[in-house]
Amino acid sequence: METILALAIGVLTGSGIWLLLRPRTFQVIIGLSLLSYAVNLFIFSTGGLRTGAAPILERGEAGSLAQYADPVPQALVLTAIVISFATTALFLVVMLAARGLTGSDHVDGKEQDS
Amino acid sequence: MQPLLASPLLIPLATAAMTALLWSRPVAQRVASVAGAAALSIATILLLLEVAGGPPLVGRMGNWPAPFGIVLVVDTFSAIMLAIAGLKALAVAVYILGSGRASRDRRGLHPLFHGLLFGVCGAFATGDLFNLYVWFEVMLIASFGLLVLDGTRDQVEGGIKYVALNLIGTSFFLIAVGLLYGLTGTLNLADLARTVPTVGNQGAVAAIGLLILVAFGAKAAVFPLFSWLPAAYHTASMPVAAIFAALLTKVGVYAIIRVFTLVFGYDTGFFGPMLTVVAMATMVTGVLGAAAHYDVRRILSFHIISQIGYMLVGVALMTPLALAGSILYIVHHIVVKANLFLIAGAIKREGGSFALGRLGGLWAAKPLLGLMFLIPALSLAGLPPLSGFWGKLAVIRAGLEAEAWLLAGVALIVGLLTLFSMVKIWNEAFWKPQPNPHPVIPLGRMARFGTYAPIAVLCVLTMTIGLWTEPFAALSVAAAEGLLDHDAYIAAVLGPVQAATLTETTP
Amino acid sequence: MKPTLILRSSSALLLWCLVAVSVYVLLRGHNAPGGGFIGGLIAAAGVAVYAVSRGRAAALRMLRLHPAALCGLGLLVAAASGLPAFLDSAAAYLTHRWWFPDVGIQLPLGTPLLFDLGVYLTVLGTVTAMFLSLVEK
Repeated sequence: METILALAIGVLTGSGIWLLLRPRTFQVIIGLSLLSYAVNLFIFSTGGLRTGAAPILERGEAGSLAQYADPVPQALVLTAIVISFATTALFLVVMLAARGLTGSDHVDGKEQDS
Repeated sequence: MQPLLASPLLIPLATAAMTALLWSRPVAQRVASVAGAAALSIATILLLLEVAGGPPLVGRMGNWPAPFGIVLVVDTFSAIMLAIAGLKALAVAVYILGSGRASRDRRGLHPLFHGLLFGVCGAFATGDLFNLYVWFEVMLIASFGLLVLDGTRDQVEGGIKYVALNLIGTSFFLIAVGLLYGLTGTLNLADLARTVPTVGNQGAVAAIGLLILVAFGAKAAVFPLFSWLPAAYHTASMPVAAIFAALLTKVGVYAIIRVFTLVFGYDTGFFGPMLTVVAMATMVTGVLGAAAHYDVRRILSFHIISQIGYMLVGVALMTPLALAGSILYIVHHIVVKANLFLIAGAIKREGGSFALGRLGGLWAAKPLLGLMFLIPALSLAGLPPLSGFWGKLAVIRAGLEAEAWLLAGVALIVGLLTLFSMVKIWNEAFWKPQPNPHPVIPLGRMARFGTYAPIAVLCVLTMTIGLWTEPFAALSVAAAEGLLDHDAYIAAVLGPVQAATLTETTP
Repeated sequence: MKPTLILRSSSALLLWCLVAVSVYVLLRGHNAPGGGFIGGLIAAAGVAVYAVSRGRAAALRMLRLHPAALCGLGLLVAAASGLPAFLDSAAAYLTHRWWFPDVGIQLPLGTPLLFDLGVYLTVLGTVTAMFLSLVEK
């Protein structure tokens, strides 16, 4: 499972950075989203990967590290997702405003002279 | 005690909420905004008096014990930063009365302004690395809103670059947070200070340190990550640019100083030379960029970058004197730089332009404005007996004592070049005759008070720091000693008992 | 493009259904404790449907308060939910406090519910404000 997750993080980061370097604002915003997904997956993995382990202790049950997932990375990821949702939404609003003002979706606000 | 500790967060939050509730009533919004800023500055000064020189004040949010919950930690350094932020907030809130257009009020200037203060104060007060990320994002969202407030083409373009580059910096920060949690199992700064030196894999720790340096460096606009700042700052309206110049990059500097003294401070051999190079390169590129420009706003924006270099000297050398010099420098810079932006706004109102080529004759027309420009401008260049002189003196002397000759030399030369830029503004805007006279619209009484009162008060403060340096220097030294006293910080947050019982339990 | 009659007439019904669900989620969350964030999102989805079918002005009229004011109210409620902690002078900000008034059953009321209500209003206000500014275009 570690290999698959590592590959997924790598592919997401790679695609995200490639898109970030593209000249259109839409590509930049998708690139930023992909990058933030990669980072979120990465943080999630730092607590160790377990299948079928709950992050919450059941009432009356003695907690043991063997069958227990670390809740902190999950909480961190949840926070990071919410925040990146807010920034992406705000970015989108301003990006559309820029599209309306400049008539172009180039990051410099005008098409490059070829 | 606990209410006072939470007040720097609660007051801006409540003010932001109140001004948002009063969305369609600009007058009530302005009153609430100034009242909130005044309350913030009083609360932060009380907090500074409470904390100065003593042990850090700790608040465990929701009464969760320290390494598990989020803590607020205010030590002398944090309290100084909070107090100066409160003061700036008040100055800018009053300035908005004088220069704000009603259209800005309706787009949410006041809620965003206090939201930004909320983020800034949170970043200064937190004792948790992930919480710092949250405050950074609060700041980012609020500052983005402020930047594109007028909705002009320039602003929207600058804003997109600003946010895109900052979000990339944020990704670096989060990767570092993840790695650090994976290595140590904690994100509490005090707990990190305790566990990071004992981590076996020091190579990974060095990599994390570099990632964090990139992330905070992007916030602080250090070389070579400063490109977003000149792209964005000069487009903002003047009150907004003043608060950005005063506080936004300084949060990055604060974070660098805090984390690199507390968590990575044990490894100065690795980070010291790197930070020295970064500090020098930042000073030089900033001042050269300013020398090349002929727009008041762009010159001032590039000078922010150059001054960031001086603030990093302390953490690069890691001696008490250097840190104290850096802290004094930050205080001086926040007062002076914001004032220069406010003055730039006044120049625009009186002279009709930001471009030096189109300005002129202001000394003859407005001698008082000229005088009020000279005080912060010469202070920025570091002329005695103004506030900048003492900060520069301490930084350069620390450089000489640490035998960092190159660093001290660069700091001196950059000071000279700063003087050149300031004299350029003086010659062009104030001294030379007005090239194309235009009708001047006289300001109303309220506008005149709002514009000049904050500038005058900040000028007086600059003179005070310059002539009566004793208390400010003593405070900076106390803050520097607090920064280097890791054990006191750890004991205040984790408690002496807990520090002894919490041993490594990883399998 | 004019929305169809079916969408226009069902949007009010949909709005109230979504608000009812959102209040349930606010009280119960994904997994027992309250879920202000997700509840706010569901309510905002209801407002979004309303705005798409009947236009921005109708949605603003229906909300009565400006979305930003809603957000401010939410922040104020959330911030105030931490204040009762100061009744105990040693406790830090946001420390939970509970009441168990006996109205037939023991009703557990606490500051966390107030906090969730604040989050609900803030999310509703913010998401609605962003959505409406997109509808404007």
